[in-house]
Amino acid sequence: MGMTMTQKILAAHAGLPEVKPGELIEAKLDIVLGNDITTPVAINEFKKAGFDQVFDKDRVAIVLDHFVPNKDIKAAQQSKQCREFACSHCVSHFYDVGKMGIEHALLPEQGVVTAGDCIIGADSHTCTYGALGAFSTGVGSTDMAAGMATGKAWFKVPSAIRFELKGQLPGNCSGKDVILTIIGMIGVDGALYKSMEFTGEGVASLSMDDRLCICNMAIEAGAKNGIFPVDEKTKAYLNGRSEREPVFYEADPDAEYEKTIEIDLSKIVPTVSCPHLPENTHPAAELSHIKIDQVVIGSCTNGRMEDMETAYRIMKGNKVAEGVRCIIIPATQQIMKECVERGYVTAFIEAGAVVSTPTCGPCLGGYMGILAEGERCVATTNRNFVGRMGHVKSEVYLASPATAAQSALTGYITAPKEEF
Amino acid sequence: METRGKVFKYPDNVDTDVIIPARYLNTSDPQELAKHCMEDIDQDFVDQVQKGDIMVAGWNFGCGSSREHAPLVIKTCGTGCVIAKSFARIFYRNAINIGLPILECPDAAEEIAAGDEVKVDFNTGIIEDLTTGKQYQAQPFPPFIQNIIKKGGLLAALREG
Repeated sequence: MGMTMTQKILAAHAGLPEVKPGELIEAKLDIVLGNDITTPVAINEFKKAGFDQVFDKDRVAIVLDHFVPNKDIKAAQQSKQCREFACSHCVSHFYDVGKMGIEHALLPEQGVVTAGDCIIGADSHTCTYGALGAFSTGVGSTDMAAGMATGKAWFKVPSAIRFELKGQLPGNCSGKDVILTIIGMIGVDGALYKSMEFTGEGVASLSMDDRLCICNMAIEAGAKNGIFPVDEKTKAYLNGRSEREPVFYEADPDAEYEKTIEIDLSKIVPTVSCPHLPENTHPAAELSHIKIDQVVIGSCTNGRMEDMETAYRIMKGNKVAEGVRCIIIPATQQIMKECVERGYVTAFIEAGAVVSTPTCGPCLGGYMGILAEGERCVATTNRNFVGRMGHVKSEVYLASPATAAQSALTGYITAPKEEF
Repeated sequence: METRGKVFKYPDNVDTDVIIPARYLNTSDPQELAKHCMEDIDQDFVDQVQKGDIMVAGWNFGCGSSREHAPLVIKTCGTGCVIAKSFARIFYRNAINIGLPILECPDAAEEIAAGDEVKVDFNTGIIEDLTTGKQYQAQPFPPFIQNIIKKGGLLAALREG
């Protein structure tokens, strides 16, 4: 029986000629990742278990991104604990304020993760790197601790759902509309324990930022990972960026999938997930009666350069609606610098938005845009659970950068124009 | 190994943000965190839960963030076991890794009511609703996972080889 792309990567890292769905394997890890929330718990476990060194100082990545620049004293203590651990173990991929960015935008950008890798991260959105043709999945802090100590992790080999993409997206849609549409179709546990493998001729038209966004939210359908095939766009992205030699895997022609779902990209419309589950999707155009208080454009889902460019194209020369707070958060230092150089930051400020240093901040209700009781936010983030961005009676509407930027200008949920 | 206690019942898709809201994650102290367990959907849980009590929930329990703080606070509160129709995969993994017993059993999760007195045997997977007298059979853990639990968690199992 043939293997899916995910199964081939797992087999190679387990040193096995083949693996089957349901099989328990132990795989070698290329990168083990943690952030300022999950790493302190991992450090405590690592020490408690009596480990005194990491398996490879170049294969551990620690990114301070959730509550930095530190939001309060307790957050500062946690960052300090990460910093001291990274320093004492000579962790080469340690990203502190000044170098840091949101982890899942930063690691691909810096070439720390690459095609063919097997990666675990103590952050659920670690599944993002599937866009590069890697197997990458979120775990907890204990798995991170074990991974840092041994360079290995156990996995149950997942079965897969194949998403056959065809056609091309309309001009006002992006990867976010694709993944929200899919989650709306299959539900928040529609891919539970499984891989989401994206294939088909439609893949070629999707940018790397679209693919990163789509894989990022695979977890929101319950998936173990999302993955794209490697094509010329992937190779061009990795070229000169990857620290290590990428390895390209392809699904076998006779690979087995639990099911195949066809997605016609040309039929996608600007989509919004209403409170309080990502599967609660509606066309943005049907929600124009919903008045909003805040817009957030950023996060590991949509804080990349293309997202900033989209927001700029819609917002330049216009004004944020009266009564709306618009918060724009470029995901990394490099993206921030480019936004400054291209004049985006000036345009955002002139439009009445604020621009923040990279942070996960508001996405998880940490800081930098917390909602009060009864407030509504259109956000390009990934979760709209009860209380996710603040008060339990606040509401988050998940949308693309284009929909978010357009809504910031009108003060109501607004679908972006067909051309902008 | 078993637990016996009163049932707290929750719906489908209980996410880790309501189990422990991120606004409290500026500390990793389990006792401190446990004060806020479930507070966004059930403000009384922390005051009412007794050692050995049981959470019963619907599909996809523990979806969302990978925060291990979620199973940790449930365990720290004294909860003896979580029974659900299904679990989100990272939560499932984390619960085993930190030693919080969890059982998938759709029938039990559907029928057992809030406040029922329930006994769970982890070795056999038998769930007994003492209030109604009904018995359910959950899938016991595979041997690989039984070993992790027996050794007291993933790192202890690793240490012993």
